[in-house]
Amino acid sequence: MAARTADVVVIGGGIHGCSTALHLALRGVKTILVEKDHAGRHASGVNAGGVRQLARHVAEIPLSIQSMALWERIEELVGDDCGFSSAGTVLVAESDEELAGFRERVDDLRLRGFTHEELIDQAELRRLVPAVSEHCPGGVVSRRDGAADPFRTTQAFRRRAVEKGVTVLEGVRVTGLSRQGSGWRVETSDGPIEAAKVVNAAGAWADRIAAMLGEPVPLEVIAPMLMVTSRVPAFIDPVVILRGRKLSFKQLENGTVVIGGGHLATPYRDENRTVLDWQKLTTSARTVWELFPVMREATIVRAWAGIEARMPDDIPVVGPSGTSEGVYHQFGFSAHGFQLGPGTGAMMAELVATGRTNTPIDGLEIGRFKK
Amino acid sequence: MNAADLSSSYDLVVIGGGPAGMAAAALAAKAGVSTVLFDENPGLGGQIYRAIGASPVTQRAILGDDYWAGEPLAAEAKASGATIVTGATVWSLDPQRLVGVSIGGKARLIQARRVIIATGALERPFPVPGWTLPGVMTAGAAQTALKAQGLLPAGRTVLAGNGPLLWLLAAQILRAGGRIEAMLDTTPRRNWLLAAPHAPDFLLSPYWSKGLALLREVKAKVPVHRTATVAAVGEGKLAEVLYDGGRIAADLLLLHQGVVPNVNLANAAGAAHQWNERQLCFVPVLDADFGTTVPGIAVAGDGAGIGGGTAAAERGRIAAIAAVRALKPDAALPNPDNVRQKLQREEMGRAFLDVLNRPSDALRRPVGDTIVCRCEEVTARQVRDTADMGCEGPNQMKAFLRSGMGPCQGRLCGLTVTELIAEQRGMTPEAVGYYRLRPPVKPITLAELASLPIAEAERKAVER
Repeated sequence: MAARTADVVVIGGGIHGCSTALHLALRGVKTILVEKDHAGRHASGVNAGGVRQLARHVAEIPLSIQSMALWERIEELVGDDCGFSSAGTVLVAESDEELAGFRERVDDLRLRGFTHEELIDQAELRRLVPAVSEHCPGGVVSRRDGAADPFRTTQAFRRRAVEKGVTVLEGVRVTGLSRQGSGWRVETSDGPIEAAKVVNAAGAWADRIAAMLGEPVPLEVIAPMLMVTSRVPAFIDPVVILRGRKLSFKQLENGTVVIGGGHLATPYRDENRTVLDWQKLTTSARTVWELFPVMREATIVRAWAGIEARMPDDIPVVGPSGTSEGVYHQFGFSAHGFQLGPGTGAMMAELVATGRTNTPIDGLEIGRFKK
Repeated sequence: MNAADLSSSYDLVVIGGGPAGMAAAALAAKAGVSTVLFDENPGLGGQIYRAIGASPVTQRAILGDDYWAGEPLAAEAKASGATIVTGATVWSLDPQRLVGVSIGGKARLIQARRVIIATGALERPFPVPGWTLPGVMTAGAAQTALKAQGLLPAGRTVLAGNGPLLWLLAAQILRAGGRIEAMLDTTPRRNWLLAAPHAPDFLLSPYWSKGLALLREVKAKVPVHRTATVAAVGEGKLAEVLYDGGRIAADLLLLHQGVVPNVNLANAAGAAHQWNERQLCFVPVLDADFGTTVPGIAVAGDGAGIGGGTAAAERGRIAAIAAVRALKPDAALPNPDNVRQKLQREEMGRAFLDVLNRPSDALRRPVGDTIVCRCEEVTARQVRDTADMGCEGPNQMKAFLRSGMGPCQGRLCGLTVTELIAEQRGMTPEAVGYYRLRPPVKPITLAELASLPIAEAERKAVER
């Protein structure tokens, strides 16, 4: 079969791959995106939908801030509002000691020049989240944060990428990567593709792509669980997260409440399947029971988990390959990559197309695992 | 029995107390296997033998001999030594056979070495215009009220659709002294021609004489109109039923066009399913002992493909024999060949019934503003338009329309959505596929889940 050709092959049709492909197309770069299932099939389509700058690792904050600017004009970018709405994210402190720790963090961010996190007292917490249990003394808010519909968002990026000229090959699996002249030959289940550059945005499968380059990474396949309840009367606007106990909590516009927070199911990545752990979901249910008494009689209608990648230090791998010129990595977002999709894609497209970027990505390089 | 009284593990968990579940539990318990049977209803019986032993309808002729055949099955199950827990809702089953169950508002996780799913059938969606109006319900729901509470339909009642259960319900209502304004028979005329090649088997089966008698009994008392269309109309509640060339004022419309396997639990457990073109539904992929593609999990009864109540009991026995053999190889067991022969006899004539009662395409694949998913109020036009936009399957459709994401978990819309996408995109239902169902397969409250014993939770977390 004659090889397809492109300037760049993007591997993976999650929000990161689709965003990078769109931003490459916007720069006039001929791009083919290869996805083994369909766009948004895994974590990008079934995550909690939090669009959160709050409580991020310092190394991610520049990408997060750049992403936030894109989220705020998401309809202009992808032609769909993606269900994005902004009512802030609130990190609730459950004790005075916890609140003191939050204060240190907010002060540290200020010294670094980041002002999006704001310490709040009990009065402001109860104003923002009236239903929260009275034992909580305060918290931190990031007021521009919000939530979006994850599958719709990923599909919107995919659709706009196609409109801008990206070829999206779904149900096509990458089976090999090899040098060809100064570029790359990407072997797939639908024939070879020749391209100058390759972006590895393969999520929970990205370690296999890296391994093809002789660049093994300690990637852990995880499947964070979520539950959704039946509709209940509107009682909470912001997304609520906890630090001490694992919880993220938000009410959607239709009244359903999504409960997450990072308790893990057992993933079977070769079968696209997960097995839920009801013991851990019980822990989630108890946390909600204590924090939001109003939720006690709500009905849980569905629980699920999406398959994704976690790195040992819980921050992603973003940047050029350490072994293979012309290959770039964008994976390992460790259960908090959805918000980062728009900005990381823009940054990655800039890096791939021009060889440089002004967005700081220090600390995210793949080489950190060789040390 | 309370949730706290259950053991944390059983050799065999049987889910569903209809004929398949009762027969399976009885056989396994008698063979000395520790067996628990869960059913969410207040008593045993399933749909076909609902409220057997507890029904206020005591005049035997009303519900008929086929109903009372459930009595010995229930008695056998109760005497077998199996632990029978009614009012127990199974909301989760995973591939390691961990069963999530709720009893009296308290949840438990029970480990099973083998599982037999005997959750039977549910009524095929019948999405005609106006089917969500108050005053329109399924024939099955009306039959439940009759069996369990002795309630007869009140007001002017019209039955519409096809299939043996619709005629049986009509006869039961009439025998109990109820009144039916009209039957609207939606069996496509050409079905009789298509079914003819299967007639010889059918003539040898017990269905033949029973079915004929039922038709005569109903036709003698109720006007029957053939029609290809049915619509319910009314402002806020049912006022009239429209059909080809006529309209009838009505207070109650009972709809029915056959039953299909309830695949939710097996699907959520990860069992593979395939499209059955003759029965127009998804059925689990099963081996000769009704074992699914998930080791240790079997599906017996109508959940394995529609075969009827008497066949269901034999299927339950076959699945139970396989389970006992795996658990306790030296146990004394009935000869499986005899059971298989009985099953074969009971399944005779099924092909004729399937083809004769195949609902028309138009009544399975609605158009326009007819509601498809009633939980989320999604119309046929929305589903068709979204398929045209490029949406390839029911799981992607969820994200666009939320169809199938309400509390019923697709029980009322799943097949309709698959068939509409298939028609719109020129694909087979097999290729389109079905919802990936997420537990809990039955809704549970946050309080119930929070009630799961934590000591047990921690112990299990260590074991796994």
